[in-house]
Amino acid sequence: MELFGLFNYWAFAIVLMTGFYAVITKGNLIKKLIGLSIFQSAVFLLYITMDKVDGGTAPIVQKGVTDQVFSNPLPQVLILTAIVVGISTTAMGLAIVVRIKECYGTIEEHEVQNLDRDS
Amino acid sequence: MTSELQVLIPILLPLGGAVGIAFVGRRYPNLRETVTLVTATSLMVVVWALLPDLLAGERPSVRVAELIPGLAIEFQIEPLGMLFAALASLLWIVNSIYSIGYMRSNNERHQTRFYVLFAVALSAAMGIAFAGNLLTLFIFYEVLTLSTYPLVAHKGDGKTVESARTYLGILLATSIGLFLPAIVWTYHVAGTLDFLPGGILADNLTGPAVGLLLALYVFGIGKAAVMPVHRWLPAAMVAPTPVSALLHAVAVVKAGVFTITKVVVYIFGVDFLVTESSADWLLFVAAFTVIAASVVALRQTNLKRLLAYSTIAQLSYVVMAVAILKPLSEMGAAIHIVAHAFGKITLFFAAGSIYTAAKKTEIHQLRGIGRRMPWTMAAFTIGALSMIGVPPTAGFVSKWYILAGSFQSDNHVAIITIIVSTALNALYFLPIIFYAWFSREDVAPANDHGEAPLAIVIALTVTAALTVLLFLFNQPVLDLASQLGRITK
Amino acid sequence: MNLTEHLPALQVVVPMLMAPLVVLMRIRGLPWAVATATSLMAFAIAVGLTDTVIDSYSATYEMGSWRAPYGIELHVTRFSALLLLIVTGASTLALVTGRQSIDAEIEHDRQPLFYAAWLLALAGFTGIVVTGDAFNIFVFMEIASLASYVLIAAGSDRRVLPAVFKYLIMGTIGATFYLIGVGLIYMMTGTLNLADMEARIHEVGELRPILVAAGFITLGLALKAAVFPLHAWLPLSYTYAPHIVTAFLAACSTKVALFVLLRFDFLVFQQNLSAHELQFTIFLMPLAVLAILIASGVAVFERNLKGLLAYSSLAQVGYILLGASLVSVPGLTAALMHMFNHALAKGALFLAVACLGMRFTQLNLVNLSGVARQMPWTMAAFVLAGLSLIGVPGTAGFISKWLLISAALQEGALGVALVAIIVVSSLMAVVYIWRVIELAYFGDPPESTRPVSEAPGWMLVGTWVAALMNIYYGVNPALPISLAGGAAASLLQHLP
Repeated sequence: MELFGLFNYWAFAIVLMTGFYAVITKGNLIKKLIGLSIFQSAVFLLYITMDKVDGGTAPIVQKGVTDQVFSNPLPQVLILTAIVVGISTTAMGLAIVVRIKECYGTIEEHEVQNLDRDS
Repeated sequence: MTSELQVLIPILLPLGGAVGIAFVGRRYPNLRETVTLVTATSLMVVVWALLPDLLAGERPSVRVAELIPGLAIEFQIEPLGMLFAALASLLWIVNSIYSIGYMRSNNERHQTRFYVLFAVALSAAMGIAFAGNLLTLFIFYEVLTLSTYPLVAHKGDGKTVESARTYLGILLATSIGLFLPAIVWTYHVAGTLDFLPGGILADNLTGPAVGLLLALYVFGIGKAAVMPVHRWLPAAMVAPTPVSALLHAVAVVKAGVFTITKVVVYIFGVDFLVTESSADWLLFVAAFTVIAASVVALRQTNLKRLLAYSTIAQLSYVVMAVAILKPLSEMGAAIHIVAHAFGKITLFFAAGSIYTAAKKTEIHQLRGIGRRMPWTMAAFTIGALSMIGVPPTAGFVSKWYILAGSFQSDNHVAIITIIVSTALNALYFLPIIFYAWFSREDVAPANDHGEAPLAIVIALTVTAALTVLLFLFNQPVLDLASQLGRITK
Repeated sequence: MNLTEHLPALQVVVPMLMAPLVVLMRIRGLPWAVATATSLMAFAIAVGLTDTVIDSYSATYEMGSWRAPYGIELHVTRFSALLLLIVTGASTLALVTGRQSIDAEIEHDRQPLFYAAWLLALAGFTGIVVTGDAFNIFVFMEIASLASYVLIAAGSDRRVLPAVFKYLIMGTIGATFYLIGVGLIYMMTGTLNLADMEARIHEVGELRPILVAAGFITLGLALKAAVFPLHAWLPLSYTYAPHIVTAFLAACSTKVALFVLLRFDFLVFQQNLSAHELQFTIFLMPLAVLAILIASGVAVFERNLKGLLAYSSLAQVGYILLGASLVSVPGLTAALMHMFNHALAKGALFLAVACLGMRFTQLNLVNLSGVARQMPWTMAAFVLAGLSLIGVPGTAGFISKWLLISAALQEGALGVALVAIIVVSSLMAVVYIWRVIELAYFGDPPESTRPVSEAPGWMLVGTWVAALMNIYYGVNPALPISLAGGAAASLLQHLP
């Protein structure tokens, strides 16, 4: 039961490491960015998990209802912002990759390094 | 009464001169040299004008800025600094006259840069002389190093830059690596860096730490060229002769031994060091340097290198005199700073004069040169006699006091060192003088040269005369030095 | 309500609102003028805030009048005032000085975007400094970082692209780590307000999630601050970025990350929590020492002038961290002073580099042989700022090194070893600065090149202002010392 209760946190850790692994090992710049996105998504999962209150519903206040239990809305708001940040970062990264392709004709990290070493 | 401004003027005046020289620049060489001479003369006037008040017992001081509480930029005039400042300002005039002759006849490049940096170096020397605490002294010590580096590297070819790098490397590395930590340590234990009669460390430090701190100071003050941090001095021989004179007589090495004297007298305190046996090593190191440098000098074939090693030996005389820790020897140290300056500047002027007129740099080439250049060689002879310590020259006076101090404390090491080194000095100087006057030239020189240009001859005659005059009329110097002796009693 | 009360908000809002406006300006020169004016205004606000905190210790501002800890609170202390001065001062000086340099490096029709990114970076940096909300810091950090990527990528050499890509990857990882840490703290304390966190963390301080959070946050911010060995993104980015951008970022970007790091480590993960000692003495101090020695060593052998200065920056980050890792008021004061003084020195050095960049396309050291004869004013300013970097007395750099050494000496035997390291690294600084000076002054110009002329007068003025500030604050450091001393005391002694 304990293990299952922490399921989301396990998922967070696994997704985080998957993304991190991709960022570190992949030589293709696009794949690196994909890894980075996965890496960031894991954090969204962490925030969403922690806002869950047992038995809570969506935090919408209804007139007359006083014993309603809500999930914490704040992490959800935070994560919306973080998602926006993540999108901007990915967009920025892709833009740089496009320029790298224009200048070097490749998006493989080691080939780019070789081209610089030669020049 | 000395006003605050009067204390600052000696430091600001050469800086103003430097700006003026740079401004006039290459276009008006005559005007540029005039500015140099006017600045030098007025500097001497303002410095010497401070003398009466000082002898009357005043110690005027100015605090310019306080960096951190307890850490200030501060100037104070006291006897030892006054002696150094008076000496440097006097010799700057002579040196400028000489520079004009030397630089013009040898068609040196970058003459404006030369005069500008010379003035900056003098400003730094004044700052060192009048510094009221160790930090201020350190700042100007570094300014002096940095401003003289381009002078040493003046020629600008590969070998020169290489040697100049040795010069700068040793001086900067020792000052940042040893001198500065020593200052920080002093501040840490004493809470102040002010120069106080009797020292500031007496109650704050004991045991081997004293010896260690003294070592940081002595080897950190690389300008004093105590072995093994002496290598920069022969390396700096690549500089033009007026610069060598600046290094050896006017400012640089004098700043070194001056700083060591000042640290011993005003930071450690003589009475304190007498009681601390862990500081005794200084005397032996200095004595070793005196003998070793003299032996090396014996083996030199290049005139300027010989003079350089002679300087190393003479500097350690001063350090040794300080380390004897007796009032008479402290006086001797102060007088020797002056005496050696007069003698050594004469010798360098002579060497430069020979180079200018005859293009000769090696000792074996000097046979019979006394007949062609009688003024130069006469001055050289006087300078050499002063180095050996023969009366009637200045060197005799200072050696007398140092010896008297050594007898006062029955310091056999010092007495023997002085005797042996006098013999060695005689051994390497007398043959040069003898052959220059009494033997014939091996081959007649290609150009039938005579004396060097007039400016050079005037300059070296003046310094030679000063060397003799200091023997005859040494009262003002003695007065100042005895004030120092009184502090150390 | 008068205007002074709104200063903390205006500090961020002004540059942020001006940024989109600048994008629309298509008249030549106008974007620069507006950006400069905005930056100047930000600087004026920073000065006003400094004035306030010197009088009354700190200024707070509740965004939208929502009370803390529910609303976002802006909180200006002496520590943040010091950083605000650095950030806005560097930005203003770089913009005022660098117009010609920017014109030379950035195409005209891209300039509005460039200046907009600049203002966003400025808003991001100031936002990080003034906000009192942990998540808000993350947002501003990413605004600043994204804008920095844009600014750096504007460099003309193609090698800037892989460099900035690396920066983006590492910067994002750092920010994400930070976000994870903040999430864990929020989970344990239920608050994002730093002051509130400080009060509540006592109850849960020894629990594992807090320790993990401390690890994540320290690591993430260390990445952003280019703490060795997480520095790999910095040298190349600084080397190939436009010169003026380097001058701006080198003066403030790593320092802002360090600011957050110190704030978290001393305010939130307080020193009386168990892992604090471990974090500083075992983890950060060795890293600081390694950074100082290794980065200085690399700088000695570096061939590119900007690369050399970039590695020197890494060493300086080490100094700041070393001071902080002593966990004492003198040590922290020294660290904060070094932030200020290093910004002065490095800012001036990179401005001088920008002057050189006006005449040279490649800033490899060999190209600069003998340049001092042709560009005497530029090189003289370089020498002055270089002396400050080395820490020669009379310059600003000396003050912080002095404070650092005397702080280290209070630590006994360990302190003596640290002093030895500082001395050795200062000597290395002498060597690498001297390599440049010797080459510029005593080297012979390469045969093939045409002689170059001095940099434009206006750029020289700005460069010299920066260089002379090194002297001014070396002789009269009262202002930064009072800020740094007050900040250090409040970081360490805020607990009853």
